[in-house]
Amino acid sequence: MTASLKFAPSHEWVQVNGDGTVTVGISEHAQELLGDVVFVELPEIGQEVTAGTEFSLVESVKAASDIYAPVSGEVVEVNETLDEAPETINESPLDTGWIAKIKLSNESDLDNLMDEAAYKETLD
Amino acid sequence: MSEQLNKTPLYDLHLELGGKMVPFAGFEMPVQYPLGVKNEHIHTREKAGLFDVSHMGQVLLKGEGAAAMLEKLVPVDIIDLPVGKQRYALFTNEEGGIMDDLMVANYGDYLYVVVNAACKYQDIGHMTENLEDGVELEVLDDRALVALQGPAAADVMKRFAPETADMVFMDTRRISVEGIDCFVSRSGYTGEDGFEISIPSADAAKLCKMFLDQPEVEAIGLGARDSLRLESGLCLYGHDLDTTTTPIEGSLIWAISKIRRADGERAGGFPGADKILEQIATKEFDTKRVGLLGSSRAPVREGTELVNAEGEVIGKVTSGSFGPTIGAPVSMAYVKKAYSTLETEVFALVRGKQLPMTVSRMPFIEQRYYRG
Repeated sequence: MTASLKFAPSHEWVQVNGDGTVTVGISEHAQELLGDVVFVELPEIGQEVTAGTEFSLVESVKAASDIYAPVSGEVVEVNETLDEAPETINESPLDTGWIAKIKLSNESDLDNLMDEAAYKETLD
Repeated sequence: MSEQLNKTPLYDLHLELGGKMVPFAGFEMPVQYPLGVKNEHIHTREKAGLFDVSHMGQVLLKGEGAAAMLEKLVPVDIIDLPVGKQRYALFTNEEGGIMDDLMVANYGDYLYVVVNAACKYQDIGHMTENLEDGVELEVLDDRALVALQGPAAADVMKRFAPETADMVFMDTRRISVEGIDCFVSRSGYTGEDGFEISIPSADAAKLCKMFLDQPEVEAIGLGARDSLRLESGLCLYGHDLDTTTTPIEGSLIWAISKIRRADGERAGGFPGADKILEQIATKEFDTKRVGLLGSSRAPVREGTELVNAEGEVIGKVTSGSFGPTIGAPVSMAYVKKAYSTLETEVFALVRGKQLPMTVSRMPFIEQRYYRG
């Protein structure tokens, strides 16, 4: 599953769902940096987000970190399990720890993202 | 212009254990180990955690007049502190503000004093300036200080030093632990039962490894130390207390000994006594330290402004985090006196939202000190 993920330099991942929407979360590297997540501020359904601007926020025991929208579009779904179990982000950042689904307003936003190999290179 | 950071005698052990080192009060200290802050916190509450607190200052005051001398600097009864007992104290300034908080133990021939890392040089200077004839100050810079905390701490300690079994909260003894000369007190800063152990630097890593070899014990970093003390309602100097807060404003009246109060036998006689005793008598002051419990899950951190239902600013958070044991955000704050009553609802301004918080009794969780 992770093979099809695309990454933003600010450590978010995107999975293309094939129906005009993408699922967004944060990378394994990002959750490691954050440490134990205690709170996730989810975006609102219906909210318009702009690529490269903050749209969610994750708080760990250490600090609060903004999460940036990797693409522009409308938030169509949020992962409500994070309200009660924010630690899911640590346990499964690439899968059940997803944050939101966004309906793309501009398919070409995806071209600005990296594949997994290119993203991993930026971490070295 | 990078500042040269000090290392505690346990620095190599921290690296060996995978500690993530950060600068803190001029020292390189472990903020966490691979276990992670939340699990370290929970482990301490369930079993036992070992903390390196060697960055704190350890000082001996020797000589017959030591207690009388120290008593002039704190609103606390030091003269009558029994041999083998430790007491919490505060250095006050002429304005009644708090210069630091400290622990004082009476070992008979001398007082053993522990002060905060960030205030160490100030406090040593303050005591040195106020030394009297026949009193000598010795800085114990060749000793590590560790805390073994948690419900299993007593069992662990007993294996190495059986005579600690009958010590109760705030008892202190100088004893040989595995042949090593230690100052041991039954105390700590987590709200749990436990011990604080001063160890000669050369033996510190060896003894700590013996503790860590026990199945109940994990190394715990500063991150969990902070959430543990916060849940237990214990102040962090420089955040929840400072030179502008008096003991009354800081909700530390309990720390002012009866004998040093207005109608006491040795009333006053400490810096800022006029202001402090007046505040006790008149109950007139503007702000007070309170505990706040959040009803959402968002942590409310230091510096966050607090408002009332009308949106007027009524206070400010001085430390705050998510409490892993209580499972809710916990903060300490200074609020206007009118809002300091238990169960008062206030609102924290977090990222443009008003998060409701309730003024709550501290400690937020039950303290489990061993009182015999």
